[in-house]
Amino acid sequence: MTTEVKRKLIVFACFLVTALTLIPVVMMILVAFQSDAESMAAKPSFWPSSWHPENLTRAFDLVPLGRYLLNTIWFAGGTTILETVTAALAAYAFARLNFPGRSWLFGIYLATLMIPSQVTLIPQFVLVAKLHGIDTWPGMILPHAFTAIGVFLLRQFFLGIPRDYEEAARLDGANRWQAFVRVIVPLAVPAIATLAVFKFIGQWNNLLWPLVISNSDATRTASVGLQVFQDTNGTQWNLLLMAATVTTIPLIVLFFLTQRWFVRGITMSGLGGR
Amino acid sequence: MAVDLAPAVTTPTPSRPTSKPTPRWRSREALTAWLFILPSLIGFLIFTAGPVVAAGVISLLNWNLFSSPTWAGLHNFARLGPDPTFWSALGNTVYFTLVSVPLTILVSLALALLLNQGVRRVAVFRSLLLLPYATITVAVAFVWIWLYIPHDGLVNAVLGWFGINGPAWLISDNWAMPALILMSVWKSFGFGMVVFLAGLQAIPQQLYEAGRVDGTSPWNSFRHITLPMLSPALFFVIVTSVIGSFQVFDQALIMTNGGPGTRTTTLVMYIYRTGFENYDQGYAAAQSLVLFAFIVVITAGQFLFQRRLVHYDN
Repeated sequence: MTTEVKRKLIVFACFLVTALTLIPVVMMILVAFQSDAESMAAKPSFWPSSWHPENLTRAFDLVPLGRYLLNTIWFAGGTTILETVTAALAAYAFARLNFPGRSWLFGIYLATLMIPSQVTLIPQFVLVAKLHGIDTWPGMILPHAFTAIGVFLLRQFFLGIPRDYEEAARLDGANRWQAFVRVIVPLAVPAIATLAVFKFIGQWNNLLWPLVISNSDATRTASVGLQVFQDTNGTQWNLLLMAATVTTIPLIVLFFLTQRWFVRGITMSGLGGR
Repeated sequence: MAVDLAPAVTTPTPSRPTSKPTPRWRSREALTAWLFILPSLIGFLIFTAGPVVAAGVISLLNWNLFSSPTWAGLHNFARLGPDPTFWSALGNTVYFTLVSVPLTILVSLALALLLNQGVRRVAVFRSLLLLPYATITVAVAFVWIWLYIPHDGLVNAVLGWFGINGPAWLISDNWAMPALILMSVWKSFGFGMVVFLAGLQAIPQQLYEAGRVDGTSPWNSFRHITLPMLSPALFFVIVTSVIGSFQVFDQALIMTNGGPGTRTTTLVMYIYRTGFENYDQGYAAAQSLVLFAFIVVITAGQFLFQRRLVHYDN
């Protein structure tokens, strides 16, 4: 097989695999624009025979979709900001500062990495309920804003930053806080951004926690909202999939804007190679 | 600058022997460290460490959240034995893991290898292939229900072209779980693919060139160069996929709601039902601790296995 033929085959394979992979996403968007009758017909069709962009406003009329989206941004954004900031601070201390008990405390952080979130689900729910936090923003956000994984990832990265950079700043009279803010954080932007993207996608996707803790439109997120959609309206496929499209697109856009960070973060964390 | 730096570097040295300044300096550093850690630590203690301990306590209680709890001892753990739903949830979760993890790894590795063949515009293909990973599970779960519609859904329509009479996927005893697995592999292969791609690009090309000079076959260079060099990435993806698939919930809740019967009821779904539909918090906590124990045992097993199979350079 000549290299030319081989190259063409590889490119063809790439196109084929990508097309197959994208079918469900394309379907979601196409069905979202079909008429009620077409989307609910016994024999589903691929391409809409007539386009119904008004499905967008109908979906927003049926359920408070805009509210759900704002709630999701609030929930995912709140947890992400809190987690990133507190994890960066703690990771800096674990990576750079000496204090008694450092290794055992870090050990405890590490040990909790393997605990599935379902173990803490019930106690967290009880705690939030006792504090009258059900259906409130602190109750939604705080329990998911402090995890060991963020501290662990950022500490790994901070350890890789040469000490000299920070020492130079210290010798220029910067205190620890200034060294952290002016030297370490700017150098660690890719790692911090990676953590933030991971966390944001994870929380945008989170179904279980909002499902148990939110019980009104005031805090209901898009994941939970879509479910309500199905319960109250049977399966009106075009509107349901329009709502699904609307809730998915912001995440896809965000992902495309940030995926360079994401890919770089994976490469730099040394997971791929050494 | 240099003039300023010199004394700053040397001044601590003379004061070292008179051990007094050192502890003060140390305690100052320790104080700074605790200030840095405090925001994370408070949240961690209240919302992670505390609840883990509380889960242990709650598992020893009879409690429906509303009335005051009564002591149950190990009764909640004893209830697991004769509970058929628990065992089928455990079996389903193991089935899901055993099939979906190897499939996801194979698909992500194959695609990473394909994209690593010097394809132009890799970034475009990589981004598009990562798209399922960036979608909301709940939203795409609805699309997959639609694709799986019996008789005329897209999946069965395509099977029909090949003369295959497709099953009623999501309501079939035997096919509901494979249908969930297919959707889950589609949703998650992108993550592994990116990790493998990063790993492949870090393998020094000289290794392959040396192999080519020796006349090594492509299969042998894959087995003896690519796989060992990629083993840390493989290990990472396997461990995280296993932990993730033991916690599968969203797609099963939306697509099958655990049915038909309990065919696709997963452990996490059962924990959710026990705790938040039957309000049997003690029993749900006991189940979650058993899930935790399984994850610990399996992860520990993987780490033991890793010593033999994973190749680290240093």
